[in-house]
Amino acid sequence: MDQPLIQFKDVHKHFGDKRVLNGINLSIYAGQITSIIGKSGVGKSVLLKHMIGLVRQDSGAILFNGKLLTELRKKEREALKRKFSYMFQGTALFDSMTVFENIALPLTEKTALPRKEIRQRVQQKMAQLDLHAIDDEYPAQLSGGMKKRVALARALITDPEIVLFDEPTTGLDPIRKSVVHGMIVDYQKRFGFTGVIVSHEIPDIFYISQHIAMLEDGRILFEGTPEEIQHTEDPVVRQFTTGLESQRDELTGLASQQAGDRKFREEMMRLQSHQIAFSMVLLTVQNIDQINETLGRKAGQTALKNFAAQVQRQIRITDTCSRYGLNKILLVLSNTTRKQARAFCGKLGRQIKGESILAFMPEANICFTVGVGIVEAQRGNTIDNILTVAEATQEKMYEFRVCSEQEET
Amino acid sequence: MNPSIPVAAPLSALGRYAIDLVREMGAIMIFFLKGFALMFSLPTIFSKTAQQVYFIGSKSIFVICLTGAFTGMVLGLQGYYVLVKYGSAGSLGSAVALTLVREMGPVLTAIMVIARAGSAMSAEIGIMRISEQIDALETMSINPIQFLVSPRIAAALFSFPLLTALFDVIGIFGGYLTGSILLGLSSGIYFSRVESSVVMMDVTGGFIKSIVFAVVVITICCYQGYYTHRRSNGQGAKGVSLSTTSAVVQSCVLILVTDYVLTSLLL
Repeated sequence: MDQPLIQFKDVHKHFGDKRVLNGINLSIYAGQITSIIGKSGVGKSVLLKHMIGLVRQDSGAILFNGKLLTELRKKEREALKRKFSYMFQGTALFDSMTVFENIALPLTEKTALPRKEIRQRVQQKMAQLDLHAIDDEYPAQLSGGMKKRVALARALITDPEIVLFDEPTTGLDPIRKSVVHGMIVDYQKRFGFTGVIVSHEIPDIFYISQHIAMLEDGRILFEGTPEEIQHTEDPVVRQFTTGLESQRDELTGLASQQAGDRKFREEMMRLQSHQIAFSMVLLTVQNIDQINETLGRKAGQTALKNFAAQVQRQIRITDTCSRYGLNKILLVLSNTTRKQARAFCGKLGRQIKGESILAFMPEANICFTVGVGIVEAQRGNTIDNILTVAEATQEKMYEFRVCSEQEET
Repeated sequence: MNPSIPVAAPLSALGRYAIDLVREMGAIMIFFLKGFALMFSLPTIFSKTAQQVYFIGSKSIFVICLTGAFTGMVLGLQGYYVLVKYGSAGSLGSAVALTLVREMGPVLTAIMVIARAGSAMSAEIGIMRISEQIDALETMSINPIQFLVSPRIAAALFSFPLLTALFDVIGIFGGYLTGSILLGLSSGIYFSRVESSVVMMDVTGGFIKSIVFAVVVITICCYQGYYTHRRSNGQGAKGVSLSTTSAVVQSCVLILVTDYVLTSLLL
């Protein structure tokens, strides 16, 4: 892999007698979202603050593009600092300024943009984050969730290259949590920024990150991809990830990804020992971005939630329906051949009514396009290769649309 | 020195205290120099300074008028009864005006501004520190000293001399109120003595004092708030309350000490 954008080399930090970081080695790569997970109070925020220079290490080195900060000239250092943006855990909004002034501050202080342009940018950011008509309110007048979103808007207003998020979704309701995660992913794709997120949101954080690091006892206990962490045998990591993960996905009310994995393992054992066939169906809401753009992110997430509820209603008690990504639902249909699975999907397409999915927005004239990939499991398949096949075949195989006006199969 | 020797313990404690004190004074000085140097950064400093002139200056006018008037009145009253004993009641105007212009004006103005704006400043900056708002400024590459301290120093350098002048004038009229209107001294004598006794040197001296006091008050109050989190004796809200108390006490004491030093230099 290329040179890391930020690299920690044996970084130590203590506050008084308390040792917080005890030899951190970590690499953050450009253009990726890296998540730092770990128990409360293990120093995740302190680690994040080292990246932006709010806290200085006692020993060890932090390299930016392979260079030490002290090697850079003052101008280079300032230029590097301007690429960063930081979203605080406690929001750190300026409580004597209005919401508008808060979000606009990085622009009014550090750029020479005309006022009109600043107003336009701030309003655009506020609209994207579902913040309406609160320009003149003060942070103390807002709810906790709104404050988080204002802080997020302020962190993203300068279109930074590196964004550090300190628990961006703690305290938000499931729909807004998904909105914020969706937005981070969307922005990351659009602007290609490098994101570092400190979070407790398992498994949601696995859907949006390319790289995960787990902090424990002042050291990085695990570093790898979301898939690797979910399949690791390390007992401490497993205990942490499964302990935090609830059996149900918060947004959709469906079974969690881990529950889906478990069901797959059970079915695979049945297939291998008793030759009982089973199939997997991957439903992907293909136009979620379009829905988000047209109807707003909140509407997109609500539609997804309604769709999940409809699917859940159609399955048998022996089947498992789990959330498998931001816009993906995985069905494990036990005792089902591929042909039966196709028939089931046909029925699903006929049964799900567009009205109920988009009922909360009767005026919306948009289709909810779902791609379907059907795979019958073979002996020795892993969940990953089944999913790869399902992903690859879904468009050619089958697709159904649910619309607010008519249903089309 | 070997700390096991009993005599050494108090000495080393004294030494540590002295070193801490010198270090703290050095830190305050550096804090002021940074704030002062960043005062000349354009262009946003203007609007922020104007806001602070409004807060430190305009909003203090009422309290300065009130204290000025009563200080002048009490000077007129006390001065009259003392001077009348020596048969020189006519020089009341000189006594009131010189006391105000040279001493009472700058000192009391500074103390009133500490009470009204200095404490507020310390608490505001302290709360910004504990709620990570100052850290947030740093992450946005906004220099917190330039953003918070420099406009306050600039505003104080404007406001203190003007407030002092106002205090002096209102005080002289206060003295006139008791001396002439209440106790019957001729107003012509009062004002002619005011005019003849106060020379430009007195006014300049008073202004120099007020400028030095402005620097002392704003630096101490902002410094205490800015480093609230470094206090060893209290964190969070308690830290802010202790910082505000220290800011008020330290700046009041320093005003009186500096006043003595400046008076001895100016005389």
